[in-house]
Amino acid sequence: MELFHFALNNAGLLLSRTVEHIALVGVAVGIATLTGVPIGIAITKNERVAQSVLYLASIIVTIPSIALFGIMIPVLSLIGHGIGYVPAVIAVLLYSQLPIIRNTYTAINNVNPALREAARGIGMNPNQRLRLVEIPLAIPVIMAGVRTAVVLNIGVMAIAAYIGAGGLGTFISRGISQSDPRQLIVGAIAVSLLAIIVDYSLLYLQKRLTPKGMSREAAAT
Amino acid sequence: MIRLDSLTKVFDTPKGAVVAADHIDMEVPEGEICVLLGPSGCGKTTTLKMINRIVKPTAGKVFINGEDTTGLDTQTLRRNIGYVIQQIGLFPNMTIEENITIVPKLLGWDKAKYKARAREMMAMIALEPDAFLKRFPSELSGGQQQRIGVARALAADPPVMLMDEPFGAIDPINRAVIQDEFLKMQQELNKTIMFVSHDIDEAIKMGNRVAVFREGKLVQYSTPDDLLAAPKNAFVESFLGEDRALKRLNLVKVREIVTDEIGTVLPSDTLETALAKIDDYGYQNAILMVNERKQPAGIISRSVARTTKGYCRDHFQAVPAVVDLDDDLRKAASLMFAHDQTWLPCVNQEGTVCGQITQRAMTSHLGARYRARQGDDRKPSAAIKE
Repeated sequence: MELFHFALNNAGLLLSRTVEHIALVGVAVGIATLTGVPIGIAITKNERVAQSVLYLASIIVTIPSIALFGIMIPVLSLIGHGIGYVPAVIAVLLYSQLPIIRNTYTAINNVNPALREAARGIGMNPNQRLRLVEIPLAIPVIMAGVRTAVVLNIGVMAIAAYIGAGGLGTFISRGISQSDPRQLIVGAIAVSLLAIIVDYSLLYLQKRLTPKGMSREAAAT
Repeated sequence: MIRLDSLTKVFDTPKGAVVAADHIDMEVPEGEICVLLGPSGCGKTTTLKMINRIVKPTAGKVFINGEDTTGLDTQTLRRNIGYVIQQIGLFPNMTIEENITIVPKLLGWDKAKYKARAREMMAMIALEPDAFLKRFPSELSGGQQQRIGVARALAADPPVMLMDEPFGAIDPINRAVIQDEFLKMQQELNKTIMFVSHDIDEAIKMGNRVAVFREGKLVQYSTPDDLLAAPKNAFVESFLGEDRALKRLNLVKVREIVTDEIGTVLPSDTLETALAKIDDYGYQNAILMVNERKQPAGIISRSVARTTKGYCRDHFQAVPAVVDLDDDLRKAASLMFAHDQTWLPCVNQEGTVCGQITQRAMTSHLGARYRARQGDDRKPSAAIKE
């Protein structure tokens, strides 16, 4: 009950922090998608490069977020952005690469070889094959990668409050430092709810983006 | 016209170079279907795919309608060759209409033209345009999908088509139907077609010519009838099967071996005359009775003719079976077996009797070239030549 009152009394703040949180993750994953998808497509051309890129992306994910922020502070201080918005976005950008690159790579690589051959055989050039056949068929899996990245990084972004990036993590960090369980719990619940809601919204988007003929095929099997 | 000039493919594998196609020289005349036949790994598919460069030739040239394709841009070349594959390969993200019109679109046709073309293609493959054009491939049966696959290959009206076991994934009943439909279409379209198959019956049915491959080499290239009658060596012979003489039944028309010596009686003849004629012509059991327009009207059996007096018109039995001049020997043989006959009367298109076909004539015709071939084999030179 006390929690509920707290949340209600701070509804305005809660809302603005949520918007902040979404904006941070949105911008970061947005940029990550714009870089990760082309990288994922590009590495399908060369198996060895693909393995190295995926390996590198996996290593990045193993770095604890607190450590990553720590590393970035001295580096980004050089351009006057040691803490705050910029390192937070960069961290999320880096963490998003693995799910997005890996899913894109897998999806494009797994396009049915018969369709690939048909596309070549009727005279599509490599760009047309990508645009008309391979990417449309890969969309569901690529979108699943983006979803993973978003959900993963809603959690990571909560920690970015420690470097002053704002967002819902602020409730948690203040709750800890002020020994105020109300703030801590409200912040934690808000982060979880946000992750769940965003995941479902993106699932809906994924279904909308999936080519019609394929969603039927998926439904049939 | 498709001409292959020393077309060769060497694959580099970890175990060393493998020659998948070894100096293939052949020519498919315009408007004909050439079936590439052989066991798996014989080089037939590799040869086919070198024509549209899905497999890049190691050496040799491909000519289409007399033009050397070596200098052509790969995409241009492929857009002018219809391509049908066993897995069908319709794009699941596109509607049937989009699938069919993809090549015309790539070639830059305008919208009205390719839309009209899609409807035309649907009519050709006997699928209702309004019911199918807006649907997706996953909603169609396998047979319907492969019809669309053929339509897609034909949409830009290419002079040449390559078909890689196109009907291999379709159940036997539908396969026969689609084969027949395709042959009917081909009669009007007159495309020059290369068709890969591993099924000897399909090859004989579909091909104007059959090319038999073995271990990357073209072993024999001839018409189906020549192939069955005179297989070049023991490999071809064993690939065709022990029953290859029977397979030829499909290829020979009654017209080719009909004899016009047929003894007939009229309804007004006496049974005595009938008996005499039965003996004259050497029939064992019966003689045919025809009406005034020379149409088969009945048969007079030897036993009746011998034991009874009177006129034919009062003592005939029904004609068990007749064959048309354009029927194939398979049907003739089947009717003979079914009715326990050693000969059948033959009729022309107007239904008048124009001769007879005997079991003896059939076996002798089918065996003639086969026996000649065996005679050759006994000569040592022929055996070594193989």
